[in-house]
Amino acid sequence: MTTAILIIAGIGLAAAATLAVADICLSVKEDPRIGLVTAALPGANCGGCGFPGCDGYARALVAGTAPNGACAAGGDACAAAIAKILGVAATATEKRVALVKCCGTRSEAIRVGDYNGICDCNVAAATAGGDKGCTYGCLGYGACANVCPKGAISVQDGLAKVDKRLCIGCGKCVAACPKKLIELVPASATIHVLCNNPDKGPTVRKVCGVGCMGCHLCERNSGGKEAGHFTFQGFLAKVNYENPPTDEQIVAKCPAKCMSVDPHFETGH
Amino acid sequence: MKTVKSQFKFKGGVHPDYNKELARGKAIERMPVPAELVVSMSQHLGAPAKCIVKAGDYVVKGQLLGERNGFISVPVYAPASGLVKSVEPRFGPAGGKAPAVVIDTTAAAPEGVDATERTLAPLDWKTATKEELLARVNDAGICGMGGAGFPTCVKLNPPPGKRCEYLILNGAECEPYLCADHHLMLERADRVRLGVEIMRKILGMPAVRIAIEANKPDAIAAMEKAFADIDGNVEIVVLPVLYPQGSEKHQIFATVGRVVPEPPALPIDVGCVVENVGTVAAIADAVEKGAILLSRVTTVSGDAVAEPKNVEAPLGTKYSDLIAFCGGEKGRVAKLISGGTMMGFAVSTADISTTKTTSGLLLLSGRRVFQYSSQACINCGRCVRACPMNLNAAEIAKAVESDDIKSAEDAHVMTCIECGACSFSCPAYRPITQFCRRAKNSIRARIAAEKAKAAAAAAK
Amino acid sequence: MKPKDTAEHFILSSSPHAHADSSVSRIMLDVIIALLPTTAAGIWFFGLPAVWTVATCVATCIVTEALCRMAMKRESTIGDMSAIVTGLLLALNLPAGLPLWMAVVGSVFAIGVAKQVFGGLGMNPFNPALAARAFMLISFTGPMTTWLKPLWWKTPEAMTTATPLALMKGLYAVDCTASATPHARHALEELPSLCDMLVGNMPGCIGEVSAAALALGAVYLLWRKVITWHIPVAFIATVVVYSLIAGGAPAYAQVLTGGVMIGACFMATDYVTSPTTSAGKLVFGFGCGLICMLIRQFGSYPEGCSFAILIMNALAPLINRWTRPRPFGAK
Repeated sequence: MTTAILIIAGIGLAAAATLAVADICLSVKEDPRIGLVTAALPGANCGGCGFPGCDGYARALVAGTAPNGACAAGGDACAAAIAKILGVAATATEKRVALVKCCGTRSEAIRVGDYNGICDCNVAAATAGGDKGCTYGCLGYGACANVCPKGAISVQDGLAKVDKRLCIGCGKCVAACPKKLIELVPASATIHVLCNNPDKGPTVRKVCGVGCMGCHLCERNSGGKEAGHFTFQGFLAKVNYENPPTDEQIVAKCPAKCMSVDPHFETGH
Repeated sequence: MKTVKSQFKFKGGVHPDYNKELARGKAIERMPVPAELVVSMSQHLGAPAKCIVKAGDYVVKGQLLGERNGFISVPVYAPASGLVKSVEPRFGPAGGKAPAVVIDTTAAAPEGVDATERTLAPLDWKTATKEELLARVNDAGICGMGGAGFPTCVKLNPPPGKRCEYLILNGAECEPYLCADHHLMLERADRVRLGVEIMRKILGMPAVRIAIEANKPDAIAAMEKAFADIDGNVEIVVLPVLYPQGSEKHQIFATVGRVVPEPPALPIDVGCVVENVGTVAAIADAVEKGAILLSRVTTVSGDAVAEPKNVEAPLGTKYSDLIAFCGGEKGRVAKLISGGTMMGFAVSTADISTTKTTSGLLLLSGRRVFQYSSQACINCGRCVRACPMNLNAAEIAKAVESDDIKSAEDAHVMTCIECGACSFSCPAYRPITQFCRRAKNSIRARIAAEKAKAAAAAAK
Repeated sequence: MKPKDTAEHFILSSSPHAHADSSVSRIMLDVIIALLPTTAAGIWFFGLPAVWTVATCVATCIVTEALCRMAMKRESTIGDMSAIVTGLLLALNLPAGLPLWMAVVGSVFAIGVAKQVFGGLGMNPFNPALAARAFMLISFTGPMTTWLKPLWWKTPEAMTTATPLALMKGLYAVDCTASATPHARHALEELPSLCDMLVGNMPGCIGEVSAAALALGAVYLLWRKVITWHIPVAFIATVVVYSLIAGGAPAYAQVLTGGVMIGACFMATDYVTSPTTSAGKLVFGFGCGLICMLIRQFGSYPEGCSFAILIMNALAPLINRWTRPRPFGAK
């Protein structure tokens, strides 16, 4: 009994000693600020900054090869904390979130084919342009949801939706979407145009019940062209996020019903 | 000239239901010009032609619509006279949008416009120089008509240091249903012969191998007759019936026993040039008659079309017009396919137009189509046995399914020719070919992004 | 105003648009058909207890599969018939006369633990029937190694006996070629005749005794192109070569008794748990044969076929990697 206790204790001591020696001999010297910066970052490892995870970004920050403020997830508070550690000035950025500029659900936007294959927007789009009548609209096969590091995107009724509370604005979904209809918009903006089809009204109406027809009513109702709340691309209204509209009345007045007040909270979570 | 059996058999391959009897024996019919043509600027591989007409212009048959735009590109001409209604992006069969010229062919020519068809001056191929002949192939707007649409004049002009030893004529037509090349060989054997002689001259008198699958004995006989008195090293190689015998790499192996290395190697790296028989006939017309490539033979077939036919239709003919010319639909069409069943594109509408590469248009009923499933791979290895490129397709598909593109790349997915043999043989109905395509697309996108990044860095 | 959506669309899918007339359920049906001769032989020799074991295993597997899929809220996979194959294979690898509740426990283990826990057909790393057999062999060692004599009802005084493998195990201990000891000679004489081994007139698991019936099923599978020759040939050839080199019981006895025939033709050829490449299949078959013989000679069990295949199952993904085919045109 005693022998056994001694042996076990002896092995423990020997192992501890080995570890202690190894810790001293094999330790890697690194800038202590890397650890501090990593701790200040959100730790989501989303890759939105363009570096492999938060640690990669922290190393680049300490090395001086990356600009502070590239972390969309951490936002200003994070940038300020990092600036304090590194002793540089912080640049203020506004929190941005992803917006899916389409509201053509399965019941509103027609489908022109029965897609049968891998559930991924990019390959679906490569099969005869996708099965949606509107070739600009959300296909709803979840390429964005698959790349979202926070699980903020869900596909409901053939349409991707972003949960603003979870979105960290990393922009991965923007790159993944084959239709290029996801945009990073200021989190404070509440009024959005949920359409991506620049075609003429009648053409849009043939494929979607809630497509923008470019009637300019939203612009007129928000103070006209001079107010500058909207820009137009073909027959598609776009919110000018430098100067977003605030009057929520214009949403109800949109004849195409493609506008929405903060669609971000319609989530499936 | 002699006829020999293929000495080399590649690994893998499948035997789909050919269903060729539907359109076989139907002589090529010329289709009248439809009321509207939609002529795409992107009928070939490479950069789309640069459109030089605008809405409201009156164009004459044979008039240039789009200029060659870059090294890998070919010009596009008006297949018929008419008024340009609009120039707008239109979907092609493969799913991408490209600018297209919409021509109203019913419009009368305005006063003062010479409405006679534009042609090129006939050339005497025996006295013309190689450069003149190459320029003619380009000016006539000829690209590979087998499916990929690679600009022919680029193919016929090997880069310095590379010599063409074998000119291989692709008459395999291994795609199910299609009979267009078969009938071309039967009915226009003299054109094929003349085209071969012209190409032989351009390429510096290489040996010629005419590859035909054994299921077309009449085409073999027609070729034997047409080439009976030709001098030089010319052989007809009878290939066993096996899909994908018409694949460039496999045809080279089956006819001359040479193996094209992995991409980016090209057939010319092993001294071979492969051309489709339709392309060869087009070259003959372009040189001898000065004819521009304005139409092509397309097989309209399937069990949901009233009269399967081999139709020579103007380029830009809408599928709906082609179907109407073939007696319309028979019963409910479940799938409309541009091309053959193994490599063709399913399309969502008949409002798409033919191009230089439209070899077939298939209308299949529900009985002829199947559904892909999301079942798990059962590891049976049939795709591995079927793959003519000797890839482990199951491994690639599983890697792509779990978004592991790197593993797919390690498994040589870039070598995949997307022939479809794997999906065809999968008992779990998994879309293996589509997984490969997805991996290839993301790898290409990644390489392009890296190149752009490197270029931007270099510019800095 | 909503746009009109025409109800009839064309199907949009990536090429190819043609498919060979094959499906998972057809493959499973072929395996079931191929197993019928040996099932019949087992029932012929072991009577009603064999019928009960087969029926219990198949029914339990089907029910377990249905319940598992329901619990996981996934679509039912009864239709692919893989549960029937698992149940049948498990039953054929059990001794007749085993208490039926043990067969039930084994079947639940096969489907529930060895298959559905991993996500169902295609995801399981080990052959479910073999995993269950190994589990039962360890849990119920006594009943799992109590063998009914073939046609036991004719000898009511001694219904159970040892398998030929137990006799053959003894042969390794002594030199039976040069100066055969009386003990070894006795063991050799105790072995069933070659004819009995072929038809299956010897003690053993329900489905493993009749080599002829198994061979018939294997030929059917080869003809239907469900399996390729690689694994069975490599497996059996390794067993033959090993027994020729190592001595002990004659090679034909090593092949025809125990689980080698059913293992080589039906268990090792299980798609999910074997390599996909031809070269990999040869390696896999060789490994199965070698480990099986090593266990038979040196292990504490008389039979090592199940464990050999299970060990090689674990190596299958690695073998696949090592034997990746060289692409056409690659250096």
